[in-house]
Amino acid sequence: MSQAHSALAEQFRDLEQQREASSLGMWVFLVTEIMFFGGLFMVYTVARAMHPAGFAQASRHLDVTLGGTNTAVLICSSLTMALAVYASQVGRRRMLAGFLALTIALGCVFLVIKAIEYADKFHHHLVPGSAFSFAAPEARPAELFFSLYFAMTGLHALHMIIGVGVVAVLLVKAWRGRYTIEYHTPVEISGLYWHFVDIIWIFLFPLLYLIGLKR
Amino acid sequence: MSTGTGASVPTLGHENYLNVSYGVKSWLLTTDHKRIALLYLVSITLFFFLGGAFAVLIRLNLLTPQGDLVSAETYNKFFTMHGVVMIFFFLIPSIPAVLGNFLIPLMIGAKDLAFPRLNLSSWYIFNLGGLFTLYSIIRGGVDTGWTFYTPYSSLYSNTHVVATVVGIFITGFSTILTGLNFIVTIHTMRAPGMTWFRLPLFVWTHYATSLIMILGTPVVAITLALVAVERVFHLGIFNPALGGDPVLFQHLFWFYSHPAVYIMVLPAMGVTTELITTFARKKLFGYHLVAAASFGIAVIGFFVWAHHMFVAGVSPYAAMIFSILSYLVAIPSAVKVFNWMATLYKGSVSWATPMLYGLGFIGLFVMGGLTGLFLAALGLDVHVHDTYFVVAHFHYIMVGGAVMGYLGGLHYWWPKISGRLYPEALARFSAIVLFVGFNLTFFPQFILGYLGMPRRYHAYPPEFQVLNVLSTAGASILGIGYLLPMFYLIWSMRYGPVAGPNPWPATGLEWQTPSPPPPHNFDVTPVVSWEPYDFANRPDLKYPAPAPELGHFQPAAQD
Repeated sequence: MSQAHSALAEQFRDLEQQREASSLGMWVFLVTEIMFFGGLFMVYTVARAMHPAGFAQASRHLDVTLGGTNTAVLICSSLTMALAVYASQVGRRRMLAGFLALTIALGCVFLVIKAIEYADKFHHHLVPGSAFSFAAPEARPAELFFSLYFAMTGLHALHMIIGVGVVAVLLVKAWRGRYTIEYHTPVEISGLYWHFVDIIWIFLFPLLYLIGLKR
Repeated sequence: MSTGTGASVPTLGHENYLNVSYGVKSWLLTTDHKRIALLYLVSITLFFFLGGAFAVLIRLNLLTPQGDLVSAETYNKFFTMHGVVMIFFFLIPSIPAVLGNFLIPLMIGAKDLAFPRLNLSSWYIFNLGGLFTLYSIIRGGVDTGWTFYTPYSSLYSNTHVVATVVGIFITGFSTILTGLNFIVTIHTMRAPGMTWFRLPLFVWTHYATSLIMILGTPVVAITLALVAVERVFHLGIFNPALGGDPVLFQHLFWFYSHPAVYIMVLPAMGVTTELITTFARKKLFGYHLVAAASFGIAVIGFFVWAHHMFVAGVSPYAAMIFSILSYLVAIPSAVKVFNWMATLYKGSVSWATPMLYGLGFIGLFVMGGLTGLFLAALGLDVHVHDTYFVVAHFHYIMVGGAVMGYLGGLHYWWPKISGRLYPEALARFSAIVLFVGFNLTFFPQFILGYLGMPRRYHAYPPEFQVLNVLSTAGASILGIGYLLPMFYLIWSMRYGPVAGPNPWPATGLEWQTPSPPPPHNFDVTPVVSWEPYDFANRPDLKYPAPAPELGHFQPAAQD
């Protein structure tokens, strides 16, 4: 081996081994994330099977327009992230920084819309707890629905916030020219994470927003 | 290491991971997997003796039928804290985080784990979780049982459920990250020539264990998080009065907590495999089958959880299927036991301390495993459910199995970890004390359970007293068996005879490097050209004259 690359950690033989390890590490991490969210999806499934009518009624109190907009925003952010990964592979620094910045912007738009929705639920007493109020027969199931709504979208939003932070770090480093054709593993594996968080939302959106729609 | 205080204290000259740097900071900020393993060793030993203290209080209270020592409420806290500390803060990290951390890079010929900084942060996360749990203990403890069944844990209990649950939640991430690190390391960091089927079985079992860690732990983490959220915000996810489902909690909890038993015992099986081949001086019988059995246990282990819930109102059809699946898990377990037996057969068996633990593991694991089959049987389970029969069964697996494996491994690799040998005669004595004490403690509990003594009660009918006194007497012997190794292992770190690179001698790569290993494990990246456990064809391991003071064979001169 000739000159060691400055990004090569001492435990690895070469950059190729390091890339393999980092990428496998991210995939394994995403598997644990699937199991983590999986527990919540399981709880949701059981609760909805127990109270189908209550869940459908409660679901009608969610704003499909805002939720749909957010879905579109996230899908676009996945596109910009994928383009950022491409830019890093072909070693185009400005293009990489640009798409990373766009990804951050779209992530922030998502979070702002989510915050507007949360505020709306507070105003309408749809946050579980002592202030919760809902029309009589389905009040309990509706509270359960909103418990899960906040747990699932809250956990997802937390992942979004972490994702925005990660991409922001990438942006700074990309601007400084840290990533080259030779070494851009962090961009690739952060892309995997971003797409994963996106896919979680693709499942959350219909399960939470669309189950109450009239057929 | 310094030049030593006297001529009688031999020193280890070469630069190794222990003497490469000094000071608290060099340890707390280390990314060396070997040092992190020792950090874990210190942490979990503290937790082990904390959990042990609760066990002592439990056994003292059960000396008399009236439970004279403490009130029922306090007793509830004792068994809860015993379970929480022992399971989450000792057994789960024990072999993987200490021995696995130390050995996996050495065994596969790597400089370190794939993610050394992540490895260090795992240790910090582990301790952070431990602090939350310690806080809850100091503030008065928890009384829900380590199982945290809802709605008692989420609604009725007046103890510090949230702090404990948060502690376990945090610690779960250290387990997840350790498992992730192991999987990536085993996949990507193997030395040239170290093919999959040349890996020691210890590595295979840790791979299978890591799979359970990454697949199971997130589920219990989110479940316990929901319990905490439900408790704090008065939600009803697991509360039937608010439309939730308490049995759902049990399903989610056991989906992790049954496989967690395999997190504890699979690494111990890996250790035992190493011990049996080394001290039978024979190639492992059925290498591929033993490796496959580890995965069989890990996979089937995920589909047996509801056997904890046969009396919780699950449907009879579900119960039947889970009963059959629970029987299935006995097959790979038995494969392992038979392969160990076949390895011993016509081997040149020697009785070194690690071997005593290895053989002890097999015997106690078989007892624990077979009584587990009793519990997987639907009819019998109804009779012995929640009795001391269950308590005895899982202690045979977790203490008789996992802890014997852990101590056996600690003795076996101690010369590698510390560079020195422990006093062999004392070590053998304490292994026997431990075995006798263990059986005296837990065998009477099988009988107690079969006679109908329920678990988790602070008082019992007078006719059960004799067996309870026997159990308490056994526990005090067992305690000595645990204390002795702690003293002589620490003693040996300074005063033990120098071990040399391969004292047993054994075949693994970890024995090809000096003891203690240099900071980067190998001076030259090793190239593997031999099959695993191939004692017959390794000229460097031909055993010359037996060394009487060790009871086994001196290492051949190495070049």
